[in-house]
Amino acid sequence: MVVVSSQTPRAAASRPAPPAPPLEPAGPTNPVQRLGEYVFDAVAGIGGMAVFTIQTFGWMFRRPPRWGVIVPSLYNIGVLSMPVVALTGTFIGMVLAIQTYTQFESMQMETKLGGVINIALVKELGPVLAATMLAGRVGSSMAAELGTMRVTEQIDALIALGTNPIRYLVVPRFLACVLLIPLLTLMADFMGVIGGAFVCTQLLGVDSYHYWMHSRASVTYLDLFIGIFKSIFFGAAIALIGCHRGFHSAAGAEGVGRAATESFVLTFIAILAIDFVLGWCWNIIYFSLYPVERGFF
Amino acid sequence: MSDPAPKPLIELRSCEMRFRHQLVLRGIDLSIRRGETVCVIGESGCGKTVLLKLMIGLLSPTAGSVHFDGHDLATLTEAERTRLRLRFGFLFQLAALFDSLTVYDNVAFGPREHNLYDEATLRRVVAERLAEVGLPPGLEHKKPAELSGGQRKRVGLARALAINPEVMLYDEPTTGLDPIMSDVINELILQTQRTKHTTGVVVTHDMRTVQKVADRVVMLYPASHLAPGEPQILYDGPPEGLEACPDPRVRQFVRGEAGERLRELANHHAGF
Repeated sequence: MVVVSSQTPRAAASRPAPPAPPLEPAGPTNPVQRLGEYVFDAVAGIGGMAVFTIQTFGWMFRRPPRWGVIVPSLYNIGVLSMPVVALTGTFIGMVLAIQTYTQFESMQMETKLGGVINIALVKELGPVLAATMLAGRVGSSMAAELGTMRVTEQIDALIALGTNPIRYLVVPRFLACVLLIPLLTLMADFMGVIGGAFVCTQLLGVDSYHYWMHSRASVTYLDLFIGIFKSIFFGAAIALIGCHRGFHSAAGAEGVGRAATESFVLTFIAILAIDFVLGWCWNIIYFSLYPVERGFF
Repeated sequence: MSDPAPKPLIELRSCEMRFRHQLVLRGIDLSIRRGETVCVIGESGCGKTVLLKLMIGLLSPTAGSVHFDGHDLATLTEAERTRLRLRFGFLFQLAALFDSLTVYDNVAFGPREHNLYDEATLRRVVAERLAEVGLPPGLEHKKPAELSGGQRKRVGLARALAINPEVMLYDEPTTGLDPIMSDVINELILQTQRTKHTTGVVVTHDMRTVQKVADRVVMLYPASHLAPGEPQILYDGPPEGLEACPDPRVRQFVRGEAGERLRELANHHAGF
């Protein structure tokens, strides 16, 4: 075993220092190299996200995680999000009622408010704003949690114990988002409808019977379905972007914080982009099925 | 170790590891024989942890190859790699316990994921592993955040041992612990080596750990401080030979002297 010498420490320290070796450049040295690296990173990032998504789907069907692993995600994402989504939905409905009442009242059409508020809620505002709220609450939390796991080597520990981290960490969160965000959206829609009706009929004095009659005539099950259908994609985007950012978090508190922020920003952009693309696709399908009603739609 | 030239269990051949523009390991050739305990020493940032992660396949080398029991890790499928990883136990530097799980669930994690035991046997195995690392009963239901540093390390060790590994990898097992707890961990490493006949690789800065557990010592030097063509492994031999090593950098590390490093730092700052 090692015997630490009693010889004076100066003996080794006083030797002449070896010549300093030439250090390699720390990174790209000119703007063209930097641009090339930026483009390369962007392409690699998109490719990485695609591979991450494919792996998530692969593990979902190949070997789904145990029920005991999924339940906590269902609780965290579904149950704990209910208050914030309910409040968001209620206020969306109430604000819509306040903002549209003056215009409709000046045209003596205030009873039509029910139709306008409720169709806006179930087709657009309910799904999009509920998803935005969940991107902040759930997506950022996922990025921060998984980012912390990354920097504290817990993800490495999972791999070292022979467990695929995508299967164990991402698939339960993905399933919870895709299954529960549509239900949360439904709740946001419902609370928004109630909030709008409360403001119109109780505070602004709109006739209750006609308010609900116009609502019923305007909003169809298909409208409700469109909103819920979109929310499935929003849920998938929230889970995948949040988990991906967390998995690729840089080291330290700053890295984890950046991952959480990036997760929210990217998810918000994705929600709007998905909303646009799905709206466009739906229009194409609808107009091909019902060409006569184009002007009305 | 009675065999004069036994087949290496872990072998790194001309391994290079680069993170973007940073070269961490270069030209590493290292063999670890079955049953021996190798301590990897070297200053912070010289790539010791990266070396451990290459051995278990958590990282893939940017050049060269890593072999375990004759298999090149790069040629294995993901399922084969997973099976192979179950032959390793890894004690991480900060234990890397799963925050959301209790101590019991942390230790039971590996066997449960791979259906090694039924729940009744698993309860017995977890209790045995926790007892082996000297943790008192009643700790099973605590969360990692409620444990001290030494307890976390011991739970980490119990978790690694729960899958009955052939090879134990220890990443700075005594860092951040008081001298007594450090010695407890060193004793546990020795006990694991003796009772379970594991092969061990211990990454450490702690010369007391080296003195206590090492059959062989490998010293790495930071790749960025090496002259072109100079090997990164400055020393590979018995712990007794460290003091007599002709390379002053090895003796300097063993004695814990700043030496040329102070001068280098001074020159570095003068450059600004």
